[in-house]
Amino acid sequence: MVTTQRPVGLPRWAYGPALVGTAFVLLPLVAIVARVDWTHFGSLVTSEGSRAAFWLSLKTSTASTLLCIGLGVPMALVLARRDFPGLGVLRSLVLLPLVLPPVVGGLALLYTFGRRGLLGSELDALGIQVAFSTIAVVMAQTFVAMPFLVVSLEGSLRTAGQRYEIVAASLGAGPTTVFRRITVPLVLPGLLSGAVLSFARSLGEFGATITFAGSLQGRTRTLPLEIYLQRETDPDAAVALALVLVVVAVLVIGLARQSRGAL
Amino acid sequence: MEFVLAERDVDLAVEVAAGETLALLGPNGSGKSTALGVVAGLVVPDSGRVELGGRVLTDVGPGRAPVRVPPHARRTALLGQEPLLFPHLDAVENVAFGPRSAGVPRATARATAQDWLEEVGVGELSRRRPAQLSGGQAQRVAVARALAAEPALLLLDEPTAALDVAVLPALRQTLRRVLAGRTAVVVTHDPLDALLLADRVVVLSGGRVVEHGTSADVLSRPRSPFAARLAGLNLVAGTWRDGCVESPEGLRVHGLVVGEPPAPGEGAIATFRPSAVAVFREPVEGSPRNAFEVTISEIEPLRDLIRVHAGSLHADVTVQAVAQLSLEAGLRVTFSVKATEVAVYPRS
Repeated sequence: MVTTQRPVGLPRWAYGPALVGTAFVLLPLVAIVARVDWTHFGSLVTSEGSRAAFWLSLKTSTASTLLCIGLGVPMALVLARRDFPGLGVLRSLVLLPLVLPPVVGGLALLYTFGRRGLLGSELDALGIQVAFSTIAVVMAQTFVAMPFLVVSLEGSLRTAGQRYEIVAASLGAGPTTVFRRITVPLVLPGLLSGAVLSFARSLGEFGATITFAGSLQGRTRTLPLEIYLQRETDPDAAVALALVLVVVAVLVIGLARQSRGAL
Repeated sequence: MEFVLAERDVDLAVEVAAGETLALLGPNGSGKSTALGVVAGLVVPDSGRVELGGRVLTDVGPGRAPVRVPPHARRTALLGQEPLLFPHLDAVENVAFGPRSAGVPRATARATAQDWLEEVGVGELSRRRPAQLSGGQAQRVAVARALAAEPALLLLDEPTAALDVAVLPALRQTLRRVLAGRTAVVVTHDPLDALLLADRVVVLSGGRVVEHGTSADVLSRPRSPFAARLAGLNLVAGTWRDGCVESPEGLRVHGLVVGEPPAPGEGAIATFRPSAVAVFREPVEGSPRNAFEVTISEIEPLRDLIRVHAGSLHADVTVQAVAQLSLEAGLRVTFSVKATEVAVYPRS
C-alpha cells in the first residue's frame, strides 16, 4: 500500500480562505444551473437566434484558433529561440492583449482596420471592408486569444531547450525538418493546451467583438453577445445559453488537462 | 582547423588527417568543447578558418568575406555524453533520422538504420522507445544514429563519460571498431579512450595546444602536467644541465635518457611512476637515488595503496608505510627515487 507523506504541514489558517475561494467560484455555476428553465430548455437553445449565434461562435472561434496557431507558433519560436536588443520589450508588448480591456482592443482594431482607420483607405481601395463583418469577429478573437497560445508555447519551447534540435541539425536536418520532426513533437502538449486556451478565450470574447464587429445576427452576433442581448428581453433564453457556454468551457478545460497529461 | 575566440581566450590550430581519429585532451575549461562547437558550426569564432576535405565550413576574420556554413550542411555529426535520442521516436526511427533528412525514402532509411543497429550490437531493440533503453543501449543507438548520417567528420564529446562502468569496456570496443578508418575528433578526459580510440592526441591547456603526438607517445612520454596526470606519472620539467634535469624550483633529477639526449641548456622532462617513489622521514644518503625534500600537502587512499601528495609530486606507498612513518599533511619528508626508474627526454 502506498501512503502519502506530508513532510511539511500547511498553515492551518489556509483552509478557511481556500474554502471560501472555492465556493466563490463554484456557487455562481450552481446558481446558473438552478435558474435554468428546464421545461423550455430545448426550445430556448434551439431558437433561430440561438442556433445562429452558437454556430457563428463555433466557426469564428475555430477560425481564430487556427489563425492563432498560424501566427502565434512562429512568434513563440522567435521569442524563445532568438536573442536581439529589445526582445524583452517586444515580448511585453505582444502580450499586451492579455491585460488590456477587450473594449480597448476593439477600439484599437477599429482605428486600424476600420473604414477611417490607419489601413482603412488602403483596404477600401482593394474593395475590402472588414469592420462589422464576420472577418472582424475572427480578428477581434485572434487579437485577444493569441497571447495565450504564445505564452504557453514559448514556455514549452524554453523548457524543451535546444539540445535535441542541435543533434538533429548535426545529423543533416535543415531548420524546417528540425521544426517539423523534432520541435513540434517535443512541444506538442504545450501547443495543444495553448490552442485549447485560445479557443476558450475566443469563444468567450465579448468586448472587442462588440466594439469592432458590432452585433448583427448571423454575421457578428456570437454567443456571448446573444446572451447579453437576450438578458434584456428573454432572461430564460439568456440563462439557457449561458449554461451551454459553461458546458463548453468545462469540456475545454477537460481537454486542456488531458493534453497536458499527454507524453 | 584554426581559430581564435578572444572572448574565451582560445587560440588553436589543429589538423586531422582523413581516416584518422584525433583525441583532444585537456583539463576543464581548456577549450576542448569550444573547439568541437566551432567545427560543428554551433560557435562562431572571432576569426578563424575550418576546412573539411577541401570544403571551407567557417572562415571569418577581418578583411575576409565571412563563410559560415550552417550546422546541418557541414556533415559533422555530434555524439555527446548523453545519448539525446529523440524521445518520441523508436530506436530505428532515431537512426533513420539522418538518412531521411538527406532525402532517402522511408523504407530504405529504415533498412539502413536496422543495419547500423546490428552493427553496434542492438539490432533486437529497434522498436524500443528511448525511455525503454538502458544508458549503455541508448548510447549504442546514438552511435548508430551518428554513423547512419554518413558524416564526413564525426565529433565525439566525452562519449563514455556518463556511462556505467559495467558497460564501458564493451562500448569502448564498439567505438574502437566503428571509428577505425573514420575521420573523427574525440574530446575526452579518459586516457584509455585516447589510447584505444585515437591515433593521435592533442593536449590543450588554457585554450592553447601544449602537446601533440601519437597516443602511445603522449601517454608514455608526457610533456605537459595534464598529460602526465592522465598517464599517472610524476613529471618534472626543467633544463638539461650536468647530466640531470634541473627544474626552476631547484629540483635536480637524474635518470635514464630515452632516445636522443637533450643538448646542454635545452628544455628537458623527467618522468617517473609514483610507485617508484620511496618516502623517508630522514634525509637520504647514497648516490644512485634522487632525493627531494618536500612537504606533504595531502594524503588520499588509492585502491590498496595510499597516495602521498607533495605539491606537484606524489608517491604511492603502502598503508603500513604510512602508519610506520606517521605520515600526515604538513610533515617535511624526503621523496626518493632510483635514477633507473626515471625517464629523461627533450621537451620538444
